[in-house]
Amino acid sequence: MQTTIAVENSDALAALRGFLKSLLEKGAVDALMVPLRARGGAVMPALVSDPALLDEADPLPPVLAINGARLVGALSIRPPRGRIGAVLRACEIRALIELVKLQQASLEDLLIIGLDCAGTYTQTDYAKMIQAAPEAEHWRKLYADPLAERPLRDACRMCERPLPENANIVVQLLEADLDVGIPVTLPDELGERLGLTPGASARRGEVAEKLIADRTATRDAVFAEIRQQLSSPEGLAELFATCIRCHNCMVNCPICYCKTCLFRTPAFDHEPAQYMTWAMRKGATRLPSDTLLFHLTRLNHMSTSCVGCGMCTDACPSEIPVGRVFRAVGEKTQAIFEYVPGRSVEEPLPVTTFREEELAEVAIP
Amino acid sequence: MSNSDFEPRIVAFLCNWCTYTGADLAGTSRIQYPPNVRIIRLMCSGAVDPVYVLKALLDGADGVLIGGCHPGDCHYQTGNYKARRRVAILKETLRQMGLEEDRLWLRWISASEGQRFADTITEMTAALKAMGPNPMRREWAV
Repeated sequence: MQTTIAVENSDALAALRGFLKSLLEKGAVDALMVPLRARGGAVMPALVSDPALLDEADPLPPVLAINGARLVGALSIRPPRGRIGAVLRACEIRALIELVKLQQASLEDLLIIGLDCAGTYTQTDYAKMIQAAPEAEHWRKLYADPLAERPLRDACRMCERPLPENANIVVQLLEADLDVGIPVTLPDELGERLGLTPGASARRGEVAEKLIADRTATRDAVFAEIRQQLSSPEGLAELFATCIRCHNCMVNCPICYCKTCLFRTPAFDHEPAQYMTWAMRKGATRLPSDTLLFHLTRLNHMSTSCVGCGMCTDACPSEIPVGRVFRAVGEKTQAIFEYVPGRSVEEPLPVTTFREEELAEVAIP
Repeated sequence: MSNSDFEPRIVAFLCNWCTYTGADLAGTSRIQYPPNVRIIRLMCSGAVDPVYVLKALLDGADGVLIGGCHPGDCHYQTGNYKARRRVAILKETLRQMGLEEDRLWLRWISASEGQRFADTITEMTAALKAMGPNPMRREWAV
């Protein structure tokens, strides 16, 4: 069903909150996962069962503190679980689809409320913004003119998939006139339950198209730059030169889930004599060791599933563009299998399946 | 070191059922091949975690060979098909990161192909000699 949530007094946030409240009040879900405003203006996801608390909901903070897919995984992984509605951005839904295929989340009893995404700021930038102007509706400025040049997160500037895929409810903010109404697509049965009546359909318009075109162009420029850097013999070592092997990129990656990860074991706590051997052989050996091995291993394990959310880049204390590398390499590794992360839950992960007749060139007889 | 006296080091991960047995056959048949290979036996080519390959290459191995059963012959039915996908991803990753993907070889060698094993090592040793030493062996910033 296509319908429009009416906006009163130009208060689009209140309209969105009202819509979310109706999901709880009409019993469509038992609880909602949605960002709530915490004290001090920060915004963090919460699992909300009391509709009254949705007055503090901020479904669209222009910040992505954490990729919500991991959180949905924790809420859905095994029964008994509640019927949950999760308010997610496009990259979070893509990560969720990957996690379902990795058996780390379930779509059972889950209602995905997907929002058109106009991009997000880093935690640090957003904290400064709300400190400077606590009352300003920063998210609204983004949607009022999504095509404007802004210091968004690196991943967002190059995100060519800002529209939610695989969502049960799609809130089409890019087509919305926030003073008047917000177009929403949802299943008929649910629409009737919420007492909504079908309205005019909001076609995907020029704004979304232009936004995708702009971001695709940025992405291609970024890929070209990264590939140029990696084509020089020193490029790889240069790129990861400042890595302190803190593993923050791995911890914050929504897809990198292995609890038995080799890099969480003492495998790289080498014997003192081993470091000495390396130092003697090469004249010097980098410390901490094994940083390139860490990144190459992760690229190799995860790049086919990389959804481009960029949490790794945000998490890096050395400001290494980890996410750019993952996306650039991922584009190529995904292409081998024509795999698109987050596209479909039916599409098997490339490493879990095979065809008898394929990749003959990899093992030349 | 000039290329003429450069002796490449090959780390070979061989599956227990086919390629390792093929290597054994090469030995018992007294087939001559270059002594440049260090063999590690695994139960299946599908058990080769890419991290083993990356560790060997970053630590300075000049080449890595993964040997498994021919398609359709895997002792565990599908391990070699999965290995092939992993190697495809690994080679693409190496290529994208500006590393030499040609140092990694995947070959299907059955238990009866002792000659083929010897030929593969001969061929790989020659190819690696032509490539020269793995620069990672002397790279301190790895």
